[in-house]
Amino acid sequence: MGMKSDIKLIDDNGLRIDGRLPNQLRPIKMKVGVLQRADGSAYIEWGGNRIMAAVYGPREAYPKHVQEPDKAIVRARYSMAAFSVDERKRPGPDRRSIELGKVISEALESVIFVEKYPRTSIDVYIEVLQADAGTRVAGITVAALALADAGIPMRDLIVGCAAGKVDGVVVLDLNKEEDNYGEADVPMAILPRTKEIALLQMDGDMTYEELKAAMDMTFEATQSIHKMQIEALKRKYMEVE
Amino acid sequence: MSNSKFTAGVISEMEKNYIHRLASKGTRIDGRKFDEIRPLKITKGYVERAEGSALVELGNTKVLVGIKIEPGAPFPDTPNSGILATNAELAPLASPTFEPGPPGEEAVELARVVDRGIREGHAIDLEKLVIEEGENVWVVFVDIHVLDYDGNLFDASGYGALAALANAMVPASKHELGDDFKLPVQHYPVPVTFGKIGDWMVADPNLDEESIASARLTVTTNEEGHINAMQKGLSGTFTYEEVQKVINMSMDIGRKVREIILGDSDGKED
Repeated sequence: MGMKSDIKLIDDNGLRIDGRLPNQLRPIKMKVGVLQRADGSAYIEWGGNRIMAAVYGPREAYPKHVQEPDKAIVRARYSMAAFSVDERKRPGPDRRSIELGKVISEALESVIFVEKYPRTSIDVYIEVLQADAGTRVAGITVAALALADAGIPMRDLIVGCAAGKVDGVVVLDLNKEEDNYGEADVPMAILPRTKEIALLQMDGDMTYEELKAAMDMTFEATQSIHKMQIEALKRKYMEVE
Repeated sequence: MSNSKFTAGVISEMEKNYIHRLASKGTRIDGRKFDEIRPLKITKGYVERAEGSALVELGNTKVLVGIKIEPGAPFPDTPNSGILATNAELAPLASPTFEPGPPGEEAVELARVVDRGIREGHAIDLEKLVIEEGENVWVVFVDIHVLDYDGNLFDASGYGALAALANAMVPASKHELGDDFKLPVQHYPVPVTFGKIGDWMVADPNLDEESIASARLTVTTNEEGHINAMQKGLSGTFTYEEVQKVINMSMDIGRKVREIILGDSDGKED
């Protein structure tokens, strides 16, 4: 965020660097059940992002001292492949991945009926194979599909999406250039049915009005992403026929 | 993760119900209003060997922040900018639930949230910290030491970092790079954290409140009333209206806290 450049991110017609309108999402494709060994899995292409999620569990939580006597623990691991970004990323967890794993775990726990599975862990592995900004929200969106595929009972199918500000304009779903050179980014995760907010982060510089406009945009977009999730889940079973 | 050190089940069901009952009557376990923070005392210049420092006492929570500044190579993608690096230590002396060892995810999140506020709020004018473009710049290390944990480390650490930066000197003469000068601090982005207890939002939750809060939201705002950073935590959720309410209350509290941070220059008499 906030790197200086002379790149014009919004053109004279109000269009963005990739030709989108301010409130337009990048193309999104989802597929459920892409891995053999995992209890549940899913894959998403969101703009230039390519992300895979796998769910293992509920299974006995190890090490034992992390077990909770009255509920399952939800452990999401967010990981970026070394080749997913321009400059090779050193493999293994860095501070950013650790933080994202924490907030994603908390967001996913908000929808899972954890009280049904005491002493277990539900492990969610999010692997970013190719990154193009908005990986945490795309990761949550695909993790929700993997959890559903694993048959984990949930209150809702959680959806992630981000909005932000570039060249002084509030826009939906920032791409890589917009994320690097823009002025603000607001990633969110929403429960589409109740409109509750399960994940909310922000960095940059925004007025209160701009922030509200960004959140409004995300709320609207999550409804259409949610429809895509449902279609993707149905597709898995239609293709079996 | 649910086995959080911050929320380790240290509170009884009875006390939990008591706090909820108090909230429904509009009050809190220590008698505060919902939008009232605990007494805040900031002692600047606490560690003389550091380039800048501040001891923050927020109620019974104690955090010491020290600034060290030294020359170093800039990042390749920002050749004409100084470097800010923030680290947090949850020292085991601060709580029975803190363990020795490398920083866990709580410490990492704490450091990153404090860092995000300072960085995105452009608290330091990093462009004034270039010694030789592309070769040598000043690296500002913000180290957060938690000494006594009674809830809400985000705010105590954020206030400590701002106060310590505000009284930091760049040790140029030590490195034969001219005269020492005051670290260029240009903005004061102040974090304010709310905990959600039942359907109520309480500012600056203490340890008991933090232990039973379902969700947490930190909002960092600057002196112009702009929002620079937000971080939601824990496995509960917020409604849109609740978020808006928290942002507005954070701005109001942030203004008062900023005055305290800017208060006196060295804090010796405080």
